[in-house]
Amino acid sequence: MSCLETIQAYGLRSIGIGERLLPRSDFTLCDQFTLIGSGLIWNVYFGFLALLLGFFLANALALAKSASNPLLRKPAEWFIFVFRGSPLFIQFFLAYEALVLLPRSGIDIFGITVATSWTTKAWAGALFVLFLNTAAYSGEIFYGALRSVPKGDVEAADAYGLSGWNKFRRVIWPTMLRLAWPSYTNEAIFLFHATTLVFFSGFPAWQQKGDALYYANYFADKTFNPFVPYPIVAFYFVLVTLCIITIFGAINKRLNQHLPQEARRKLRIRPQVIR
Amino acid sequence: MAFYASFGTVILLLAITAPVSLLFGFGGATAARSHFLPLRWLGQGYTAVVRGVPDIVFFMFFVIALDQGIEYLRHQIKCPDWDQPIRQGNDFIVCTAAKMPLSNSSQWVHESYGFSLAVLTFAIVFGAFAANVLTGAMQAVPRSQIETAEAYGMSRRQAFWRILVPQMWVYALPGLSNLWMILIKATPLLFLLGVEDIVYWARELGGSKTNVYAYPHPDWRLYYFIGLLFFYLGMTRLSEIVLGRLTRRLSHGQATVAGEAQRRVAG
Repeated sequence: MSCLETIQAYGLRSIGIGERLLPRSDFTLCDQFTLIGSGLIWNVYFGFLALLLGFFLANALALAKSASNPLLRKPAEWFIFVFRGSPLFIQFFLAYEALVLLPRSGIDIFGITVATSWTTKAWAGALFVLFLNTAAYSGEIFYGALRSVPKGDVEAADAYGLSGWNKFRRVIWPTMLRLAWPSYTNEAIFLFHATTLVFFSGFPAWQQKGDALYYANYFADKTFNPFVPYPIVAFYFVLVTLCIITIFGAINKRLNQHLPQEARRKLRIRPQVIR
Repeated sequence: MAFYASFGTVILLLAITAPVSLLFGFGGATAARSHFLPLRWLGQGYTAVVRGVPDIVFFMFFVIALDQGIEYLRHQIKCPDWDQPIRQGNDFIVCTAAKMPLSNSSQWVHESYGFSLAVLTFAIVFGAFAANVLTGAMQAVPRSQIETAEAYGMSRRQAFWRILVPQMWVYALPGLSNLWMILIKATPLLFLLGVEDIVYWARELGGSKTNVYAYPHPDWRLYYFIGLLFFYLGMTRLSEIVLGRLTRRLSHGQATVAGEAQRRVAG
């Protein structure tokens, strides 16, 4: 097979389009690049959606955690503590086992049967876990930023007669976002790295539709040669990281555009390890 | 009971990995600020490469790579007259004398070999992060402290060991404690490295098709994993408290904001 044919056959293999059987012998470099790249679709899917949905929950959590009402504050504190204090790996296992216990035929609610089998599939279950996890981590980041909003900014808003929702929407929230953005960028990078865990925890890869690391592991198992597939995964992830830095850097620039040149906070990229 | 012993495995891993990776990190940080160019490149390259890539890729990569590297070296030493290539197609073949561990050695040798590979992998990955933290800490020590040491006539080496190293810890502590938390949360990945750790036993004992129990039982894995969740939550909470105390102890008498605040409280 030429390389173009390989790309046609396996380029979308991870979402079930193309050749059914994975290559079994004579792995070319092209095979490995194509299949691992096709697995990257899942990493981007998990990372992007979890980040997007998690952003809203994170804002809500940060506000709840800084609320004076203990009915709001306590649940938010506990949620953040549980998700930040335990390994993501265990969370995946726990979620999978819990979802498997749901009755397979669906739950009967007021005569309507709600199907439950889809929740044990990785695309839904793992996304849900990642969503809650990133919400907890970014909620803590936003909470920290919310507490470090300069007092002068709030006083200025008061002096302009802003209050309530207007004050929050026009002064506090943008400042919070601006302060939190560098750490939030790290969190995004770190979340994309965490997506590689999905198919190595409880969630099974159905019909060998897996993510980048799943295919890399497949090649490493088959060839006993870790020196090719894993550097390919590393290469793809460096690319993804660069894309995230570009996008988040542009947003950071926009958030900081009203500040004088020297006062702008530069993005410092410090990706972390495991969560 | 193997399940409870595996908690010991996790704690043993933490106890060994933390100092070893600190050592790696110290070596990396020292190399990164060396005056000898190749050594500096080595130190900086080490931290840069490990930080940019998902850690789990490294965990999967290093275990096989280290294993094959060790076997290759032993193969070169023990069987010099071996004429076949080592990589035959999809196979990695070394002579039997070079197998690591030897195929006739007992079960616990195999297990402890796997465990020590895992420890080494953790140490390499977390060493890079520690190196990053320690480099920052070394730069954070006020320059005037070193200048004072030089004014007293200390050599570069003396200033490094007597002035820089004792002072850098308080700057390194926030980063290192963060790293410790991450290390705790990385331990379940041992399961992926083929060590029989708590995740392995939780799946094994909880599953309904286990052969550990003579009687059948329903799927208990959920409860085992909830137990693990609480174990980890307890570990992180405990570390938070201990590290908070340590920070207070270390900032005592230091020229930092926290140290200054303590001095003022003491009167």
